[in-house]
Amino acid sequence: MMPQPILEMRSITKEFPGVKALSDVSLTVMPAEIHAICGENGAGKSTLMKVLSGVYPHGTYTGQIIFRGEEVQFRDIRQSENAGIAIIHQELALIPELSITENIFLGNEINHGGRIDWRAAKVRAIDLLARVGLDEDPDTQIKHLGVGKQQLVEIAKALVKDVKLLILDEPTAALNEDDSQHLLDLIRGLKGKGIASIMISHKLNEIEAVADEITIIRDGHTIETLDVHAGGVDEDRIIKGMVGRSLESRFPDRTPHIGDVFFEVKDWTIQHPQVAERLVVKGSSLNVRRGEIVGLAGLMGAGRTELAMSIFGRSYGTYLSGTIVKDGQEIVLKDVESAIDHGLAYVSEDRKQLGLNLLDTIKRSVVSAKLSKIAKRGVVDDSQEFGIAEGYRKQLRIKTPSVDAGVSKLSGGNQQKVVLAKWMFTDPDLLILDEPTRGIDVGAKYEIYTIIQSLAAQGKGVILISSELPELLGIADRIYTVFEGQITDNIPASEANPEALMRSMTSAKKKANA
Amino acid sequence: MSTTANDPAAQKKKGGLSDIRKIFGGGQSSLRQFGILGSLIVIIVIFQIWTNGLTLSPTNLINVVNQYSYILILAIGMVMVIIMGHIDLSVGSVAAFTGIIVAKSMAEWNFPWPLAILLGIGVGVLIGAWQGMWVAFVGVPAFIVTLAGMLIFRGGNQLIGQSTTTPVPQEFGMIGAGYLPELALPFNFNVLTMLLGLVGAGWIVWNEIHLRRQQKKMGSDSAPLWVSVVKVIVLAGVILWAAWLFATGRPGTSFPISGIILVVLVILYSFITRNTIFGRHIYAVGGNRLAATLSGVKDRRVDFFVMMNMSVLASVAGMIYVARATASGPQDGNGWELDAIAAVFIGGAAVSGGIGTVIGSIVGGLVMAFLNNGLQLIGAGADVVQIIKGLVLLLAVGVDVWSKRQGRPSILGLWSGRRKARLETQAPDEAPTVAPTNQANVSSLPEDLTRR
Repeated sequence: MMPQPILEMRSITKEFPGVKALSDVSLTVMPAEIHAICGENGAGKSTLMKVLSGVYPHGTYTGQIIFRGEEVQFRDIRQSENAGIAIIHQELALIPELSITENIFLGNEINHGGRIDWRAAKVRAIDLLARVGLDEDPDTQIKHLGVGKQQLVEIAKALVKDVKLLILDEPTAALNEDDSQHLLDLIRGLKGKGIASIMISHKLNEIEAVADEITIIRDGHTIETLDVHAGGVDEDRIIKGMVGRSLESRFPDRTPHIGDVFFEVKDWTIQHPQVAERLVVKGSSLNVRRGEIVGLAGLMGAGRTELAMSIFGRSYGTYLSGTIVKDGQEIVLKDVESAIDHGLAYVSEDRKQLGLNLLDTIKRSVVSAKLSKIAKRGVVDDSQEFGIAEGYRKQLRIKTPSVDAGVSKLSGGNQQKVVLAKWMFTDPDLLILDEPTRGIDVGAKYEIYTIIQSLAAQGKGVILISSELPELLGIADRIYTVFEGQITDNIPASEANPEALMRSMTSAKKKANA
Repeated sequence: MSTTANDPAAQKKKGGLSDIRKIFGGGQSSLRQFGILGSLIVIIVIFQIWTNGLTLSPTNLINVVNQYSYILILAIGMVMVIIMGHIDLSVGSVAAFTGIIVAKSMAEWNFPWPLAILLGIGVGVLIGAWQGMWVAFVGVPAFIVTLAGMLIFRGGNQLIGQSTTTPVPQEFGMIGAGYLPELALPFNFNVLTMLLGLVGAGWIVWNEIHLRRQQKKMGSDSAPLWVSVVKVIVLAGVILWAAWLFATGRPGTSFPISGIILVVLVILYSFITRNTIFGRHIYAVGGNRLAATLSGVKDRRVDFFVMMNMSVLASVAGMIYVARATASGPQDGNGWELDAIAAVFIGGAAVSGGIGTVIGSIVGGLVMAFLNNGLQLIGAGADVVQIIKGLVLLLAVGVDVWSKRQGRPSILGLWSGRRKARLETQAPDEAPTVAPTNQANVSSLPEDLTRR
């Protein structure tokens, strides 16, 4: 007879005000199974895991969770941990200044009446480290370990709690080939000891190699569950499930008028700001023509944002090599100010952290990137400021009672319009838009697309970074794919399809033919 | 957007209160400052009654200005430091250090007093550059740099002065204890003080007319005419009345020179913080340093100049104090940093930076000054005064934090009713934008971006 599943999530629906993040999602995990969950960024994978682990407590979602034969209603992470579910996040939750032992037992200390028994802790730590295959002194501070080894400590930490189901969110995203292999072996080893795993990953080759079952989620719905052992499951099959969405008329029509190449980046190489040996961008070259919208596709952590920000006045990382040519002349952009002066604009993906001063008013935000334009001898003319902000309010249809209102009072879409206005005010020739429609509802997205297209129609170049392939295919004229800091492909949008893009975004096999 | 926000009728209705708020520039923190102004008036009225009119007597007003002008000058610099998200603990010691050098330069090296003042400002510039360098370019937190400075310059004062007092010549006393001179005119009040008051009142009128004209030109809503008229009458009236009080004090006294220095600095720094690129950069960096740098602001440069400016103002305050006390001593300026910081926070600045105004801090400083002064007048001991000052600081910031958590802009949100609150609370369609961020897209931002 069939064994009982260890976990059943039945018709989980999770709504945020105005948005259905998960709708009737079901997931079944058998004991000692490695179950992969695939989906695009924003499909609902992480939300599902947060529901499971109690980050979103019982009552904030609908549906049933049955774990080891019993219905569970977790109110917080602690309860799910006690039940034997451990989640290992992409961002590691270790404390760098503490030792391996201290971290493993953090919040779960072996104690007698409040006094920690370090001797017993250390003995157990040595045993746990052996189980995860980490050959380190348990007194070593976490900060001295590489990311791969830290990942193993995280797993050891989960094992302390007698875990029955391990959830790994992008476990190999930050690891190199060897460390990834080791980690995957460990997950297989745990499976042999009866521990089931749920693994979220963008690296389809790894999933194919290690998973028993694959559940594909798209737009908050379960699309299908594939049995890997039944055969016929390969990367193409998975990709098809992930992106199989029609394009519809979510994008405004446009006839591009594309001119000559006016902006080029050549052999751009950027080092991680702290880790000297890590190259975040490796010898990437790209070019933009006047009136052209160039897409930059890549998965999370591929280096798109890093590439964009390093071009924009070296605002990320350490510059190693590469040149920028604009209008036939080589330019050196040592800081943001010079980038702005040379007609570059960068709209960050993180509106609230990097795009806006949320304490400021709309009118002051709009002029903030080029105050010199409305100032004489260092004195700002605020009467002009009002008129300019009013102009953009009408042009971009920013919904606000007054441009004197604070930007924090605007909705996400309107905030994004303020950011766009702020950069349009600098009269850029090249706009780099990093996820300009993230966290914005469909209607506002359409308006943002219209703005982007009108900028291109004025002869400006646009680099559009997006995690949403349909968006890139719908808006861009040409698409570069980025994988591990390298440009892997350069395809006219008319010839591109999601499957081909996804392939170039997940492997470095194909070389750029720019 | 909520329908309320788009409803023109709702917009029109907000007149009155919010227009008076525009005295403070109409920014986001102005409501809070308006509340503090109300508190100041309440405090003055209470003590005026309690002391049988002593509080607003010419002699006492002159006394308040003389006693607190240097704290208020410190508050001007301190608010800029605090907007940047820093703090400066060294101002008292820097003031004392400048004081002893200036005193020595006149007493022992026979510097003429104008040269001594230049020397004092020079000392402020050097100390400021020193501290600014550590904060901006080495990256040591301002708290630590200025804690060190507090020790270094206090020690410096005592080393140079050998822990004794050094007297200053009488002419120098002018900047700390001097008054606007009497003109040989047949009036029984100080003419220059009244003229000053008239200029102030005239400026209020001109400013309002200018503002209305500009608003009309840009087609933006201006307040109803009666609001402007009332505003002008009240403000100009207060200024003229205060001028009258100062002008009719004991013969030989009038508006103090230190008060003039203060007024000039307040006007200058209000202008700098509100109307210059540099001022905008202070708010930009303080509000969101990363966003500011990505908008081309050189944040370290702003750090440097703001810290430097604070030390310059501290040296000005130190010189005024020495002039008033007619000597520089080893304990000068003890605890000033705390009074200045308290004034800034009572005046509406945010602990997390990005919010605060020069005018607000001055009002905050005046709250402390009149509280202190009133309590002294009714014979309260220094112990009680300290306890009450501490409680007022805690209460002012506590109410602010509490009301922010309630989603109201300030305690005044409670007073001015729900109409305003409805207008200012977040639009309902804000919510969905939060959700997707939570839900899935863990930002793919470089994790090391918050490098400073």
